[in-house]
Amino acid sequence: MSVVMDAERISRTLTRIAHEIVERNKGVEDLALVGIRTRGVHIARRLARTLREITGHDIPTGSLDITLYRDDLMRHAVGPQPLVRRTEIPFSIDDKKILLVDDVLYTGRTTRAALDALIDFGRPKAIQLIVLVDRGHRELPIKADYVGKNLPTALEASVQVRLQETDGQDEVLLQGGAE
Amino acid sequence: MSAQVTQVDETPAVTALRRKDLLGIADLSPQEISLILDTAEAMKEVGSRPIKKVPALRGKTVINLFYEASTRTRTSFEIAEKRLSADTLNIAVASSSVTKGETLADTAANLEAMNPDMIVLRHSSSGACHFLSRVCKSAIINAGDGMHEHPTQALLDAFTIRERKGQLAGLKVAIIGDLLHSRVLRSNIYLLTKMGANVWVCGPPTLIPTEVARFGVHPTSDVDAAVRDADVVMLLRIQLERMEGAYFPSLREYFNVFGMTEARLKGAKPDVMIMHPGPMNRGVEIASEVADGPYSVILDQVANGVAVRMAVLYLLAGGAEHEEAA
Repeated sequence: MSVVMDAERISRTLTRIAHEIVERNKGVEDLALVGIRTRGVHIARRLARTLREITGHDIPTGSLDITLYRDDLMRHAVGPQPLVRRTEIPFSIDDKKILLVDDVLYTGRTTRAALDALIDFGRPKAIQLIVLVDRGHRELPIKADYVGKNLPTALEASVQVRLQETDGQDEVLLQGGAE
Repeated sequence: MSAQVTQVDETPAVTALRRKDLLGIADLSPQEISLILDTAEAMKEVGSRPIKKVPALRGKTVINLFYEASTRTRTSFEIAEKRLSADTLNIAVASSSVTKGETLADTAANLEAMNPDMIVLRHSSSGACHFLSRVCKSAIINAGDGMHEHPTQALLDAFTIRERKGQLAGLKVAIIGDLLHSRVLRSNIYLLTKMGANVWVCGPPTLIPTEVARFGVHPTSDVDAAVRDADVVMLLRIQLERMEGAYFPSLREYFNVFGMTEARLKGAKPDVMIMHPGPMNRGVEIASEVADGPYSVILDQVANGVAVRMAVLYLLAGGAEHEEAA
């Protein structure tokens, strides 16, 4: 198991992404952050904090649980159902530019589910994808707009993002199957 | 067991309902009850979206088989099924072959032949759901069987209480009315005592089941003692259609002695909740001023019923324990 990002690296990376967001969107007008449960939510909240420090504006921030949209939900004849958690998007996403936030981008299936879920909330002007780590091995035609770190991995490797809020410590770990 | 209103990142003690059917509250663990209530919170949010539908049960077929009249429960199940994208069909007894003499077993066998995934059953005989669960591969959800259980009603009551009070443990809940014929009472007693509530049951001596105290509740015919310092007052309908004898002199007298009025409610806690599973007999078990008053959460119960039934449908769709799938 190796540490591929430590706390300081994660912090600097999120600051850099916040600046990229402002640059690319020419400000923060009409922006809103939606984090994918669980760790995407915390990353989204940190980005909102940084964006406020940079621009002085509060960005509406929500959380999305994609469980009910998973494409493997009813594929197995019998199996325990995954836990569903609350989705909280306390603002209208109509005509907003939604910054969708996840910790790791892998097959792209979670992002696909999140896109379907978001569209059920309204008609955003655009959706941009932010991920802390892109580990490759896409199974769907999905690409991130902002990437914290590109991490080439073997299929059998596992990438773990640990955050202060959920795990008591900020770090990204790579386990098994090093590049 | 903590029972906070929104659990954000905490992982509950039990994360899946590993059972085929929901036949009653009696065989659920407190952890399973908490899981259903937590899942219902997520489901409630789905009902507030512009598009009130998620694809979770796409391709699943649910049959609502109702051998007894029901508007609220059947509609609630049907809305819940549709919000989860299941295909639903309703069979009401009056228009079915049951009136031509078919037995429950034969009806079930014929429905099973069409390969549904779940059957929601309401039946006037206690134990009908247990019987069906033994003869059917489909998941069976009890929507009320005779005088036995009505588990989704108890779950939606618990959800409504938890939403307001944060938790069930330590609350005084007074259940007043026709205790003898009530499946809602049985399910509520199981649920509330499992979750640590202090349950009082109150009604005329003729309508108190014998040995009800063995279930860990305080039976009384003194309505003021039941209401005193109560956090929740739950009224049960006087079920005239199930009464074959004379249990009390008249409805007017019942109201005078047990009917919930504003005056009687003064003994309860200032933030008391008034609940009723419906349909209400106004002027019998509950005065209109109370039913429509500021303490009443009766319509919240109806709204929450959809979320709780979505949770049950979703959690049971995974099936029983065997064949662990990733």
